[in-house]
Amino acid sequence: MNVEAFSGQSAGGEGPIETDVVIIGAGPVGLFAVFELGLVDIKAHVVDILDKPGGQCAELYPEKPIYDIPALPVVSGQELTDRLLQQIKPFGATLHLGERIDELERLADERFRLKTDAGKEFVCKVVVVAAGGGSFTPKRPPLQGIEGFEGTSVHYSVRRMENFKDRDILIVGGGDSALDWTLSLQPFAKSLTLLHRRDEFRGAPHSVEKMRELVGQGAMRLLIGQVTKLHGADGQLEAVTVKTKEGEEHVPVDVMLPFFGLTMKLGPVADWGLNLNENLIPVDTEKFETTEKGIFAIGDINWYPGKLKLILCGFHEAALMAQQAYKYVYPGKKLLFQYTTSSSSLKKKLGVA
Amino acid sequence: MVKIIFIQPDGQEQAVEAEPGVTLMEAAKLNDVPGIEAECGGACACATCHLYVDEAWREKTGSPSQMEEDMLDFAFDVREASRLSCQIKLTPELDGITVRVPAKQF
Repeated sequence: MNVEAFSGQSAGGEGPIETDVVIIGAGPVGLFAVFELGLVDIKAHVVDILDKPGGQCAELYPEKPIYDIPALPVVSGQELTDRLLQQIKPFGATLHLGERIDELERLADERFRLKTDAGKEFVCKVVVVAAGGGSFTPKRPPLQGIEGFEGTSVHYSVRRMENFKDRDILIVGGGDSALDWTLSLQPFAKSLTLLHRRDEFRGAPHSVEKMRELVGQGAMRLLIGQVTKLHGADGQLEAVTVKTKEGEEHVPVDVMLPFFGLTMKLGPVADWGLNLNENLIPVDTEKFETTEKGIFAIGDINWYPGKLKLILCGFHEAALMAQQAYKYVYPGKKLLFQYTTSSSSLKKKLGVA
Repeated sequence: MVKIIFIQPDGQEQAVEAEPGVTLMEAAKLNDVPGIEAECGGACACATCHLYVDEAWREKTGSPSQMEEDMLDFAFDVREASRLSCQIKLTPELDGITVRVPAKQF
């Protein structure tokens, strides 16, 4: 995967990034939108909550085969992503990964202002929501009362390691996140317990080895079992009940870090006045525009009569969306319909002239 | 047709029928069995079609593959009987299989 070519540009603290279009979501449909917009001279920035492009293709099934992409009898989720990145390379779109668009507002001049959870701002003429099933967010263990501890005692990511200094930490999970944070936080912690449901780990073998060494030295504890109950009050966790093969154990901890992977949640899209219907954004089938002029929705996130959640349908939607986006980006300018096969100007844009 | 009995956490039973060859998850979704989400659509990539196979049927369903075992790490309240229903293909031998839906998917 080659992401370097796309990243690098940032706000640099000098005010918002001004561009033609902001695409929300770097899944296959969001990426292909860069291509369709690029052909009609529209510049785009793409924002995605994941730390890699590809959306569900990259996060859920990078190695699984897809059989219904036209002209590709079989392609893996990762290969499809890589090929799309290659296809859109000539258009130099910037990918902003690991960020989520939290705010969207219309400015007095009809343009839009968007802001990410990291504080990065964009001002653009058109917004394309290609957010698929929503933004990937950490799974919350369905333990009673867990919401009350979130942000104070229960954390799904580590922003500042100092916050975990001299604490009694419980890390739950058996993948790389759980193991990496076990190894990183153990030196600072007052005590650290890694809890996993079985004595086998999905994480990198050398991390597992290092963890077992620490356990051998008595520097941390490995517990095999599952959390069944949280104890504490006013956001302060005091202990958890763990179910093990032997029975129940009361483990005193003041911080818990559960790592159970990601799930898709609609997120802030719900607050943008797009008249959502069952978590989907209604659009027309001519331009794939929402009820808000200049905001389009393509791919799995949209709905219209006959909608199918297929990647290939999202590609089609991107192509038609770009025609209307052109009218907003270049008002009054006539768009000549051209084919990549024969048009010398399109070939030039693609770098093949 | 293969008969499947889904038992909800409150004890409510629902008997459904499905063609051999479809997965237990697909049978649940086709018959609107509550509590089986299958967020990823059967790719063994999300652990939201988790259920418990009744003791009597565990030999016939076999045990989870390495991939399924790894994905079960993402399920809640995993037990000896835990399986991801997208990974169990229905065969005539499984006619009458009884499974329990967990109180919560993640």
